[in-house]
Amino acid sequence: MISFREIVVQYPAASSPALNGVSLNVEPGSLTAVVGPNGSGKSTLVRTLLRRVPLNGGSIAVNDRALSTFDARQFARAVSVVPQREEPTLPLPVREFVMLGRHPHRGALSAVSSVDTTAVDRAIHLAGAEDTLSRATDQLSGGEWQRVRIARALAQEAPILVLDEPTAFLDVAHEMAVFELLDALAKDGRSILLISHQLNLVARFASHIVLLHEGKVAAHGSSDDVMRGAILERVYNWPLVVTRDPAVGAPALLPLRRSRR
Amino acid sequence: MTNKGAARNAASARSTLVPAMVAGLAALAVLCVLALAIGSVSLPLQDVVSALGGSGDATVVSIVRDSRAPRVLLAALVGAGLSMSGGALQGTLRNPLAEPYLLGVSGGAAVGAVLASAFGIGSAFGVTMAAFAGAAFATLSVSLIARVVGGRTDTRMLLMAGVVVGAFANAVIIVALSGLPADSLRGALWWMMGSVHDASWAGVGRMGAALAVFGGALLWLARELDVLALGEEPAAALGANVDRTSRQIFLLASFLAAATVAAAGLVGFVGLVVPNIARALGARSHRPMMLLSAVYGAALLVFADLLARTVRSPTQLPLGAITALIGVPFFLARLRKLT
Repeated sequence: MISFREIVVQYPAASSPALNGVSLNVEPGSLTAVVGPNGSGKSTLVRTLLRRVPLNGGSIAVNDRALSTFDARQFARAVSVVPQREEPTLPLPVREFVMLGRHPHRGALSAVSSVDTTAVDRAIHLAGAEDTLSRATDQLSGGEWQRVRIARALAQEAPILVLDEPTAFLDVAHEMAVFELLDALAKDGRSILLISHQLNLVARFASHIVLLHEGKVAAHGSSDDVMRGAILERVYNWPLVVTRDPAVGAPALLPLRRSRR
Repeated sequence: MTNKGAARNAASARSTLVPAMVAGLAALAVLCVLALAIGSVSLPLQDVVSALGGSGDATVVSIVRDSRAPRVLLAALVGAGLSMSGGALQGTLRNPLAEPYLLGVSGGAAVGAVLASAFGIGSAFGVTMAAFAGAAFATLSVSLIARVVGGRTDTRMLLMAGVVVGAFANAVIIVALSGLPADSLRGALWWMMGSVHDASWAGVGRMGAALAVFGGALLWLARELDVLALGEEPAAALGANVDRTSRQIFLLASFLAAATVAAAGLVGFVGLVVPNIARALGARSHRPMMLLSAVYGAALLVFADLLARTVRSPTQLPLGAITALIGVPFFLARLRKLT
């Protein structure tokens, strides 16, 4: 599990903190989703976990152990992260790219083991990326690139999985496939932290939702706790209604036309 | 299906790499023999082979063993070193146009070496150490300039900073060496355009040791380079110690480039061209890419030196002039593909 305690991050050039006292837990066997408008601090939360931004306050623990005591490889064996942005500047064949997920398990000179091969095959299958194998990472569509990156994170075989907007650029079918996959992985016992803009899907799949607004937690809890019209309208600064989807029974957000207000 | 497909992919990657390596080694061997045979005195191949073994006409043995062999070997080692340095810099900077010459690292090394010579440090070891210091200083300057004006991952800013530092280095070289007599062994032209005409076995030994140490360390860190080449956040997610390892690789690549500068002056574009050729031949991961680059870089520089001393014979052209004539069109073509 991961626990963020009272996290404060202040970027040097910014007038207000990117994160200001954010606390949340990611429990084993559950899918925790962090949602919120652009600039609310979602990706900064992932960056604190990757230790790419220094904390100005608070602490992070992974499996009840302070993050600062992990060396880089230990961390990557405990937590897989799919960062938000990544460019294939120096392209690799897809399979070599997914094999990089085995990096934290491999030595500087060790050959590819059967464990590595099995993990990579399994990850490619789970992410539905089989049809990309004959290509290089600069020859993929936006959706294929996302699936290949998810496959790399799965190949790490860490018990905790963190994904920053993994379904950006995915069509409906592939987006649903990712949510189904994350649901299955969570039921399998993994701790999953998902950063997403897909409020309606998050409401259906996540066991715990954290709504960020201007670096603070605006609401958290079950989908019924967070998916409230008054809260969401204030946070997103846009007229909307929350209904209950008759087909699936989950709360659903419906943004309105501003002119009809 | 997945397994078979995967096996096929792995096999096809290997199947392009092995022939590429064999072809490179064969080309290198042929070029070395040609470079030993061709020159102001052209020698038949069988004389070259027997002279290498120490038998035959004393003059021929002297030409082959004392003059041409160290020159050919030094060119090969410098080519291998520049190519590995360029390949490592491209990976850690995520920029296929990075190389020690364009980044100003080589220029900094040359300034260090020239200043050491100008202040009377005569020993080759002292000059090499000064080149290391100059390279480290230039690396730091380029990173700082690029960071201040827009981040070191910005292709244009980094190369711009490198060009500026390189131009400054050339100016320092000319001013520092302006007081020297025109016929001194290593003039400003030698430093700025590079040459292996004064190669010695001691120089070959120094360059060989530098290649073994720094090139070996880069090969050891090749897996880290594979991960760093993905970007800072993905690399951190995969267990790389991003800042520390990037610094180590940058420094190792700079020292390797500095050793080539102390041995042969500024030879540009080899570190740019060769790793891109190695990648095009299928070597995408950094260990096979750097190994293949070492072989092709060695072959390219033996060939370039052969041209340098034969096309306008008896005038010897600077080595860096030949590599720039080959490298600049390549750079422009690669730039066009990127933008």
